[in-house]
Amino acid sequence: MSDHPLLSVTGVTKRYGAHIGCADVSFDLYPGEVLGIVGESGSGKSTLLNCLAGHLAPDAGQVVFDTRGHGPRDTITMSEPERRMLGRTDWAFVHQHARDGLRMGVSAGGNVGERLMAVGARHYGDIRGKAADWLDRVEIDTDRIDDRPSTFSGGMQQRLQIARNLVTGPRLVFMDEPTGGLDVSVQARILDLLRGLVRDMGLSAIIVTHDLAVVRLLADRLMVMKSGHVVESGLTDQVLDDPQHGYTQLLVSSVLQV
Amino acid sequence: MTVQDYQAEPAYNFAYLDEQTKRMIRRAILKGLAVPGYQVPFASREMPMPYGWGTGGVQVSAAVLTPDDRFKVIDQGADDTTNAVSIRSFFERTAGVETTTKTALASVIQTRHRIPEAALTEDQILVYQVPIPEPLRFLEPRESETRKMHSLEEYGLMHVKLYEDISRHGHIATSYAYPVRVEGRYVMDPSPIPKFDNPKLDDCPAIQLFGAGREQRIYALPPYTKSVSLDFEDHPFDPSKAAHPCGLCGAEDSYLDEVILDDKGGRLFVCSDTDYCEERQAQGHRGKDAA
Repeated sequence: MSDHPLLSVTGVTKRYGAHIGCADVSFDLYPGEVLGIVGESGSGKSTLLNCLAGHLAPDAGQVVFDTRGHGPRDTITMSEPERRMLGRTDWAFVHQHARDGLRMGVSAGGNVGERLMAVGARHYGDIRGKAADWLDRVEIDTDRIDDRPSTFSGGMQQRLQIARNLVTGPRLVFMDEPTGGLDVSVQARILDLLRGLVRDMGLSAIIVTHDLAVVRLLADRLMVMKSGHVVESGLTDQVLDDPQHGYTQLLVSSVLQV
Repeated sequence: MTVQDYQAEPAYNFAYLDEQTKRMIRRAILKGLAVPGYQVPFASREMPMPYGWGTGGVQVSAAVLTPDDRFKVIDQGADDTTNAVSIRSFFERTAGVETTTKTALASVIQTRHRIPEAALTEDQILVYQVPIPEPLRFLEPRESETRKMHSLEEYGLMHVKLYEDISRHGHIATSYAYPVRVEGRYVMDPSPIPKFDNPKLDDCPAIQLFGAGREQRIYALPPYTKSVSLDFEDHPFDPSKAAHPCGLCGAEDSYLDEVILDDKGGRLFVCSDTDYCEERQAQGHRGKDAA
């Protein structure tokens, strides 16, 4: 792992009026590392993720990203075009509901190709070739390249969303409950796929979830949030096997055993 | 009747709209000319015709007309269709301007869905009626988002539409309202003109004004503006037309309408620009179906 963090977050705070979205969150994420953020509903996980990904403007704090061209830059103070450019190139965002991240009226190939065209690809054959390649990598039959995502199953839609996000070779992927709402066998397949892709591409990722099994499989490190605050963080196995904070202990013991 | 005669009647103002409204529209036009391809919002007025009949174009024409102008209206290339006839008589009554059907004689031409075949000059203004000014409308439904995309030059989505065309039909099947990039900056919807007319937008000596009444937008191309039709490197833009000569005047280079003659497959291809066709026939050109 490199010595410089890919993403360095200090004191990120977001309030909704008198309510706290997330308060004073700081961490470093190194290249190739996967960070899990867990917590109950309303604990501020998604608010934090949206602040980091530039979808929400935090009230305070810094989010410094190690850009390819210009070194470490604060993504909150950078101009909107620059931030949106990052969102199309070095960053990727996988939504919980594939419908939020896909264009349902556009074919699978068009969905994957959109990011390529957004960064200037203008050769139809190349775009289509790359789209087919990526469909193959996420185990979608390339015969379905011209089908709309509305004809896909939930698991396929989620895999298509992943392909669409990773086609431009991002370095940091934000995932908001990537396996939420899918049945367990499909979940397992997606997790397997994600694990393989993260490893092959050397991706860094921040995964927000309430499913401890997901972070156990994917995350190197873990942050536990409650009421907008980070109450515990550390290596995944360490936090899950030897929880220190009362809330973490509750969370770990709440998992249903089959 | 001259302007002075009309001013004797207190309720009358030249070219239907009041002077303050015309000032407002002219300001929008000037802004549009200063930023080619940019959609300038304007306070569109209620006009005495339904939306979709050219309320935007009529307001722009009213704002640019002067008593000395000679006015021509075409609808799908024709001077004699309902829309063209009624708008022409509207300005005959409300502005008292001279009207014509000859492209070369007109100083202001209001058009729906065509650019005249005859080359335009620096002394002419071409006013388009625009139903939907936003080229990204059916790709991104949020107006707030499309405005942001225009301001940040994020036009990847426009190519997604062309990509979908090719993947479904094997070629770019968009045949009208074909998007253009203006001066390397704004992507613009040239109104529903056939893509055959797109090359005429580029480097045109006339001023081109686009008015969308319901959508309350005006945009413009100043003379000699570069406008490039979007395409892919391996699927270049093709300004296609029906592969026939005109049945009446024999023209090979004009855009054609297909007219069904009977229920036995009989059909006739004729110039959609009626003035162009008549002029050629007057010069003695004859097509195979000419009587």
